[in-house]
Amino acid sequence: MLFAVAIISGLVLYGPFMRKQPFGTLRTGRSRRLAWLDLHNVLGVVTLGWALVVGITGAINTVAKPLEQAWQGEQLGEFAARYAGQPRPTTLASLQAAVDTARAAEPGMRPAFVSFPGTGYSGDHHYGVFMQGNSALTERLYRPVLIDAQTGALTAQPQLPLYMSVLLLSQPLHFGDYGKLPLKVLWALLDLLTIGVLISGLYLWFKRGNTDARVSEIERAARTGVAE
Amino acid sequence: MSRPSSAPRSPFVVPAWIAAASLLGLVSALLGDGLFDAVSWLIFAGLVALAVRAWVKRTR
Repeated sequence: MLFAVAIISGLVLYGPFMRKQPFGTLRTGRSRRLAWLDLHNVLGVVTLGWALVVGITGAINTVAKPLEQAWQGEQLGEFAARYAGQPRPTTLASLQAAVDTARAAEPGMRPAFVSFPGTGYSGDHHYGVFMQGNSALTERLYRPVLIDAQTGALTAQPQLPLYMSVLLLSQPLHFGDYGKLPLKVLWALLDLLTIGVLISGLYLWFKRGNTDARVSEIERAARTGVAE
Repeated sequence: MSRPSSAPRSPFVVPAWIAAASLLGLVSALLGDGLFDAVSWLIFAGLVALAVRAWVKRTR
């Protein structure tokens, strides 16, 4: 989240420094700090949208565990209540039959994984067959199909709550594990560019001078579009 | 009378376009394969090319 805040603060400062400069201006003939400032601005703006999405989705991913627990408590609690007082099944129905039932219930999807009773994802009395779609988007949005582990009967197909859909969609947007190899390579290059923004930002910080000088620099840049 | 081809009125015009293109690139590859992936690759390759161009100009 701090990363996202840093990006937005950089965008706020971008305005006064670049007001009268064409996009991509690199003033290399003057001071070294000015050249680094311009490079920092260009690299920062080029990576802006991508880095902001990666930062925000990263923040969402940090609360993945509590969100999963909330989902389990919310939906599984409802099913657990229906089976309250009943002992855990001692003999389990056929796993293949459970998967086949789930396939029939969700014909446009394929099974991604199956949770066994008592493992936390489908309560103590159900197989949870987690189905996924066939497109890059829908393969992230699991659809659980709950199968009674004793009888093999279909119990429910609960919808994922919105917060789980947001979490599951935020994962590829944070990790970049989609779009095949070329996107992964480009993702790595954008990572390197972001490191470049960080390094140039650190350089500018260490060469910042005193507070009065920085304030007058921003004021002068806002007035004339020239920074030194 | 035509406006001289100088800097855009707001310094945020180009960054806004770049950010919008980035969002398109991020979402495109999520929506499908083939052409959708290609759109994403082209956009991000363009961004990397912009950055490389800036770096080359700086070190010249």
